Amino acid sequence: MTPLKPVTPGARIALGVAFFVLFFAVWAAATFGGLVSPTFLADPASMLREGWILLTQHGFVKDIALTIWRVVGGFVLAAAIGVPLGMAMGAYKPIEAFFEPFISFSRYLPASAFIPLLILWAGTGEAQKLLVIFVGSFFQIVLMVAVVIGATRRDLVEAAYTLGSSDREIVTRVLFPSGAPQIAEILRLVLGWAWTYVIVAELIGASAGIGHMIMDSQALLNTGQIIFGILVIGVIGLVSDFAFKALNRRVFPWSLA
Amino acid sequence: MSSLRIEGVSKQFAGTRGMPPTQALAETRLDVADNDFICLLGPSGCGKSTLLRIVAGLETPSTGRVLLDGQQVTGPGPDRGMVFQSYTLFPWLTVEQNILFGSRAKAERAAELIARVGLRGFERHYPKMLSGGMQQRTALARALANDPKILLLDEPFGALDNQTRALMQELLLGIWEADRKTVLFVTHDIDEAIFMANRVAVLSARPGRIKAELRITLPHPRHYTMKTTPEFSNYKAQLTEEIRMEAMKAVEMQHA
Repeated sequence: MTPLKPVTPGARIALGVAFFVLFFAVWAAATFGGLVSPTFLADPASMLREGWILLTQHGFVKDIALTIWRVVGGFVLAAAIGVPLGMAMGAYKPIEAFFEPFISFSRYLPASAFIPLLILWAGTGEAQKLLVIFVGSFFQIVLMVAVVIGATRRDLVEAAYTLGSSDREIVTRVLFPSGAPQIAEILRLVLGWAWTYVIVAELIGASAGIGHMIMDSQALLNTGQIIFGILVIGVIGLVSDFAFKALNRRVFPWSLA
Repeated sequence: MSSLRIEGVSKQFAGTRGMPPTQALAETRLDVADNDFICLLGPSGCGKSTLLRIVAGLETPSTGRVLLDGQQVTGPGPDRGMVFQSYTLFPWLTVEQNILFGSRAKAERAAELIARVGLRGFERHYPKMLSGGMQQRTALARALANDPKILLLDEPFGALDNQTRALMQELLLGIWEADRKTVLFVTHDIDEAIFMANRVAVLSARPGRIKAELRITLPHPRHYTMKTTPEFSNYKAQLTEEIRMEAMKAVEMQHA
């Protein structure tokens, strides 16, 4: 193999699919072959059967919908406040000096550690779930957006000034459009993290959702349902990632190589 | 009508981490008449770009002031258009949108300039789809579309290959001969300075100051074949001697 040499699109898809096939083959071999006890790991067939039961008899679709709504709700809230604040910090250094130390500190506070506190404050309802995701996403978004905006090419800013741009126009006509593709990329990344927070939030003090189903299944030692739940999360993550990437390609055609 | 006056302008950059401050530009005086084409010629690091950036308002002078039509320059503005050495087109805008970016740019003028710089058919291209020469032509059109009183060019063709650079020089000269804009052009290329300018101001090694001025009386319109005439060679011999001394001083300073 030659380093950095690209593969053809066909080979790329084939290789990607091949690993999934290999993964399922090893799993099937280990479970059907009797290497692992079904108590600890269900085989692929019973996982699918349990999944079907979940969907048809236990209203699992509702759980999925609820979890998606929580992720999207908390994430949109974090982005709606985090992106403008990050932009303000990146553009105006006094604002950055004011917020940056506190936000850098808050970023290291694990969102899951806030769950008991948030339950105390907001109960076990939807507000608490949204807050967990908000706490997990907000500080990350702010800091990364500030870095992107702060790293805007100075020569572009200078060129805009010599073309008569005002300070305000520098922000709206240069800093924002120049950073927009990277901001979209940040949001894609943080959305992935938001998915891990929502499950953690649902493992504790929830009465519905994918995470809640996983906890219930653990009590019943139903590893098939647990794995099906995890798989559903993975598939949703993959789909949203693809959708985000496709959207970015459409919205920012100029930034593609 | 527009006249530029540079009065006792100097620039000192503060030293960082305990280093002594750097005197980039000694007190400099220069008058640029309306419709004049002046080249600032000097070895690298002589402060010629700093001087241009002060005129643009992108740096503040440590002493002295810059007057444009009697008005003191306090910051960048649309009356002084600039073309940079680096490619500064906005990558998210098409060629046409880039040219229309300026606060005073107008659609008819933009269309005329696109044709003038030979970019018709590329209006909807993004900068990364263009060659370096095409990007600089767009940058030139963008600066001109904003109808500045004076055009500032900071080694705009410095990153281009020789053939492209020669074509760009002719293009810019053609535009100047037609429009008679006031131009201040920074370069370290002697041939370029002679071919383009009415007046060449030679800057000394750091700290830069104008140590010699040479009026170039080659007739207009100028054609590239002029670069091989005896008059051109005379100018070149004079300027080469001036620049050589300064370049040697600059090298000695680096070793000192």
